[in-house]
Amino acid sequence: MKDKDTIPIETFCAHYKVPVTFIHSLQKYELLEIIRENNVEYIQITQLQRVEKMIRLHYELNINMEGLDVVNNLLGQLMELQEENRILRDRLKLFE
Amino acid sequence: MDFIDYYKTLGLNKNATEKEIKDAYRKLARKYHPDINPNNKEAEHKFKEINEANEVLGNPENRKKYDQYGKDWKHAEQFEKARRQQQQQRAYRKTAAGFGDSGYSDFFESMFGGAFSHQGGQNVGFRGQDYHAELHLGLKDVYKTHKRTLTVNGKNIRIAIPAGVANGQEIKIKGHGGPGINGGPNGDLYIKFVVQNDPQFKRDRDDLYTTVDLDLYTALLGGEITVGTIDGKVKIKVKPETQNNARVKLKGKGFPVYKKENLYGDLYITFNVKLPTRLSAKEKGLFTELKGLR
Repeated sequence: MKDKDTIPIETFCAHYKVPVTFIHSLQKYELLEIIRENNVEYIQITQLQRVEKMIRLHYELNINMEGLDVVNNLLGQLMELQEENRILRDRLKLFE
Repeated sequence: MDFIDYYKTLGLNKNATEKEIKDAYRKLARKYHPDINPNNKEAEHKFKEINEANEVLGNPENRKKYDQYGKDWKHAEQFEKARRQQQQQRAYRKTAAGFGDSGYSDFFESMFGGAFSHQGGQNVGFRGQDYHAELHLGLKDVYKTHKRTLTVNGKNIRIAIPAGVANGQEIKIKGHGGPGINGGPNGDLYIKFVVQNDPQFKRDRDDLYTTVDLDLYTALLGGEITVGTIDGKVKIKVKPETQNNARVKLKGKGFPVYKKENLYGDLYITFNVKLPTRLSAKEKGLFTELKGLR
């Protein structure tokens, strides 16, 4: 595993000042994938933005884990609809 | 600079308790938070407003200051003057109407001199704000990969625009957004491509559509004509008895497929058969003769 692709959970939590249990809860609700190697837990760098968003939603808006799961699913649907809307708008241009 | 009624922003009256302020902020934040309103600039702006109102009213000291000076702006002039001296060293550019890079309004900056650390929460380093910009391009501009230099918030950024980029598509330029807060990383710059319609070609994903005029005789008897594609002119064969609005496909003469080298969509040509006008007496006679044969 390349160091630049992952970040140890301990380091991440120390930087963001969040408890490790929060990250484990995200994993429990399948909102985040944790990689284990030589007894060290890592988060993929590509997941960072997603985790940051979860931290904000949890700590700023007091959304619990179940709520984060629901928000995550609905946001996925919203993004898909926005993309579909964009494609349909492009197609409509054919008739303009 | 307009006076901002922070109580109104949070939907409160001036006698609101600290709990009422907190509850009102939480309720509005849940509605307008940028994380749950992706690609919604209106919500983003509204969130900045309520966040700013909370920074002032949610802090007893700031609220007192605001109640004392903010109500009658003219009386706060002396206070503003002192604050302005502090601000002279802090250059900031505007990113949205009335809001600077800090995400706070001119009114807020002049009264409180900038952002506070996030109260009540943890000392978390947050990513800076993501910036969003639009780049308007013609259809022919995105036919080939090319580089452009953009000026975003006073900085020149050279970006490669890949061939086949779609209308509404966004690319992310990491770290070119707003500065991070509390040591957090910079935000990202998102550039949305707005690809204008072309008068000659319509685009649907990777396929192009165009209409070509065809004279009656070629339509009837067939032949070879030259048509314009987005990449130059090509000769095509027209089948005899081609009907008006008939469509032919030129494989691989459409738009390049995004990030797939040497892969192109198709070009669909619709024929618009043009009837001859101002017929001579001889032509009329020949057409009459033809009519008699059918």
